[in-house]
Amino acid sequence: MNEYKAVNRPVRKKDAMALVTGKPVYCDDIAPKDCLIIKLLRSPHPHALIEAIDTSIAEKVPGIEAIFTYKDVPNNRFTMAGQTYPEASPYDRLILERRLRYVGDPVAIVAGENEKAVDKALKLIKVKYEILEPILDFTKAKDNAILIHPEDNWASLCPVGADNKRNLCAHEESENGDLEKAFSKCDVIVEQTYHTQANQQAMMETFRAYATMDVYSRLTIVSSTQITFHVRRIVATALGIPKTDIRVIKPRIGGGFGAKQTAIMEVYPAFVTYKTGKNSKLVFTREESQTASSPRHEMEIKLKIGATNDGIIRALDMYTLSNTGAYGEHGPTTVGLTGHKALALYSRAEAYRFVYDVVYSNVMSAGAYRGYGATQGMFAVESAVDELAHKLDMDPTKLREINITKEGDVMPAYYGETANSCALDRCLDKVKKMIDWDNKYPAKDMGNGKIRSVGLALAIQGSCISNLDVGSVALKVNDDGFYSLMIGASDMGTGCDTILAQMAADCMCCDVDNIVVQGVDTDSSPYDSGSYASSTTYITGMAVVKTCASLTEKIKKYGALLMGWDANDVDFNGKEVYKISSDEKISLKDIANSSMCNSTNALYASEGHASPVSPPPFMAGAVELEVDKETGKIELIDYKAVVDCGTVINPNLARVQTEGGIGQGIGMALYEDINYNDKGVTRSNSFMQYKIPTRQDICPVEVEFEPSYEPTGPFGAKSIGEIVINTPPPAIANAVENAVGVRIRELPITSEKIFRGINNED
Amino acid sequence: MEIKLWINDKLITDNVEPDMPMLEFLRDKGCLSVKRGCETSNCGLCTVWLEGKPVLSCTMPLMRANKKHITTLEGLRKEAAEFGAFLADEGADQCGYCNPGFIMNVLALERDIEDPTDEDIKEYLSGNLCRCTGYTGQFRAVKKYLAHKRSVKADE
Repeated sequence: MNEYKAVNRPVRKKDAMALVTGKPVYCDDIAPKDCLIIKLLRSPHPHALIEAIDTSIAEKVPGIEAIFTYKDVPNNRFTMAGQTYPEASPYDRLILERRLRYVGDPVAIVAGENEKAVDKALKLIKVKYEILEPILDFTKAKDNAILIHPEDNWASLCPVGADNKRNLCAHEESENGDLEKAFSKCDVIVEQTYHTQANQQAMMETFRAYATMDVYSRLTIVSSTQITFHVRRIVATALGIPKTDIRVIKPRIGGGFGAKQTAIMEVYPAFVTYKTGKNSKLVFTREESQTASSPRHEMEIKLKIGATNDGIIRALDMYTLSNTGAYGEHGPTTVGLTGHKALALYSRAEAYRFVYDVVYSNVMSAGAYRGYGATQGMFAVESAVDELAHKLDMDPTKLREINITKEGDVMPAYYGETANSCALDRCLDKVKKMIDWDNKYPAKDMGNGKIRSVGLALAIQGSCISNLDVGSVALKVNDDGFYSLMIGASDMGTGCDTILAQMAADCMCCDVDNIVVQGVDTDSSPYDSGSYASSTTYITGMAVVKTCASLTEKIKKYGALLMGWDANDVDFNGKEVYKISSDEKISLKDIANSSMCNSTNALYASEGHASPVSPPPFMAGAVELEVDKETGKIELIDYKAVVDCGTVINPNLARVQTEGGIGQGIGMALYEDINYNDKGVTRSNSFMQYKIPTRQDICPVEVEFEPSYEPTGPFGAKSIGEIVINTPPPAIANAVENAVGVRIRELPITSEKIFRGINNED
Repeated sequence: MEIKLWINDKLITDNVEPDMPMLEFLRDKGCLSVKRGCETSNCGLCTVWLEGKPVLSCTMPLMRANKKHITTLEGLRKEAAEFGAFLADEGADQCGYCNPGFIMNVLALERDIEDPTDEDIKEYLSGNLCRCTGYTGQFRAVKKYLAHKRSVKADE
């Protein structure tokens, strides 16, 4: 049924064989051997001022090149958030600062010839701290007398409702319809508070970057990043140097999942190399990646949802409180998705209201993590819908069938966009069959102390940031007619270089092997805002389609010129330009080679793309699990998922995205949790304490696709990268209630919580 | 301290600090497939073979390898490519960062257990973390690879 040669085929990732044979292609593999080693001295206090700092003894350690403190850095506030300028995230950081806002906040930068010297110097820096009272409970942060960002040069560049004198990073209210009237009609109302915890992305390659000065005396930064172009601006702003002086390169990167949508640490090697003129590198330890990074925003979501007895959901009212931690990276933007995405699952409701606050507190700054707020919102909405169904005495899948957004519906919460492609109803129907819902819902006593149950949840995400994200690619014809595709989007292992080449191959009517890919280098790659917001397939993919159309015209025109034909009388079939009115033709090979001899026609095209809409992908996920009535222990039996990501560009890669996202979602649902002691120190500082799922923790996962066709997407495609993490937390919570009648509204869903619920303990 | 050992069958003598971790030394000698994902022996990325048995090189002192043989993925390129092709054909190579350590253990599994059950496979490889794939695609690749090897063996 597939009309394409490359698109919708399970093409092997172009870099696959290099990766599986362990080729040295990552940041630290290619760093010069003479790099200065950088380490950061970090604050032991959640809130403090540096009263005095003495580096004189540490500087005497043999091999130490430089030690920098807050006295040495520019007073330019910036944000590390990888976002389009002007960023929604506040400019609230300095490279180093007197005020320290979480345990782990950098106090000093130490650079030396080897690790041992640097370690020794770190111990010899004398710091006297004035310890301040911290805010560790984010529910008490707003309008607290303790201010986390009292500084005068704190700046919010966008109207996001931020106010540093109130510890407020963002605030917004939106609504549609007459909420009060809609609730007054309701026979049944659920009003509950849901709590989602902070999570680490825990990509296998920790944060790292190195810096060098190039032959033109420009600062070159090689970084494991998702936001190659934003890093250039962030570093320039932080260092107070012109952007002309900076080049950023992204090699292969060992996973991101949003973590590397924040320039967590590029400024440090950039600063050291800028100051010393020497190569330098910083490789975060796992401990640093766990304690001083960019985890998911912890959120508390109060949700009120009402329906009439006929099962029609009339109104939804959501208040989200989000904890951005010490700094505001992605604070003002993640929170919006809790409502604008999750509420849009039920767009047929008469009214909705969505209000949020984002607050500072003295824990590590939050950031972007796959799902980006939608995950948190979905946990609340999809839990509450099940609670509503139970109150209505309805099968929760029936309640969803009545109320979910369907193709053609306007989605008021989703900025009024229309769902032009939506197979959510088919996803739900199919996943029910896959899990055998009608026979298994709600639960079965297994007779051995265990109850087996099923639970289900739906999900929605976006396909880009509408009216904002930019993708562009460049394509050129080389000798004999092979193509180079220059990509500005950052492939972080998901395979975007390959899927973009697949699209280009079908546009140019050639083999994927005939297209070589290259990215990302800010000096030579066309601009791309970066790999985040699920945007690469949808936005950059469309840039590929447009660029290919543009290059095809140039090839046709040049072929006609070479042959002396009328340019309107030719077409291109991938191998040759031929005359429509006769059987004459000239091969692409001859055209390509002619373009390299006495030619004024560059066979090169580059087009950009942005979108006024962000068509949502949809998904349904269903879990079957067993709960031990005596201990509360959960065992996952099976997970089924059906995804509508529009046209599936690469079924293998889309499937692995889905399976991987479900794996992470299971970790979030069951055990991953960043928690702090009363001194503001996180306990989750290694893979000993912060357990991500092993292969023994993941049940069989079966994924199917139920594609719609998105008219504004390349080949009908939408996104896949983020939506896939959203269903496990609510689906598992729903299954637990179906098993033992215990509703867990605070993630993670641990055995202890279930045990207490079964035994009616608080 | 003086050390003499074989890395991928190449004899190396050197003078190293007594606390030198095996991982640092191997990377220094150009075995850059060896990766560190944690510092606590949790992730399995740094897996190499010592005398043919998988060990975690991030927490193994190099001196333990004195007069012994270490094998890294660089020494198993052909086998890595053979299994790796199965991984690639599932799209389960993904970011690739865990692949070397994972593949070292898959190849060890193949040598250690004849006809492993699904549970054997999961248990043997449970020390190899992967954050991209959710393990499902990796599992398909292992199963298909082992079946392929069995059929090749049967044909011989």
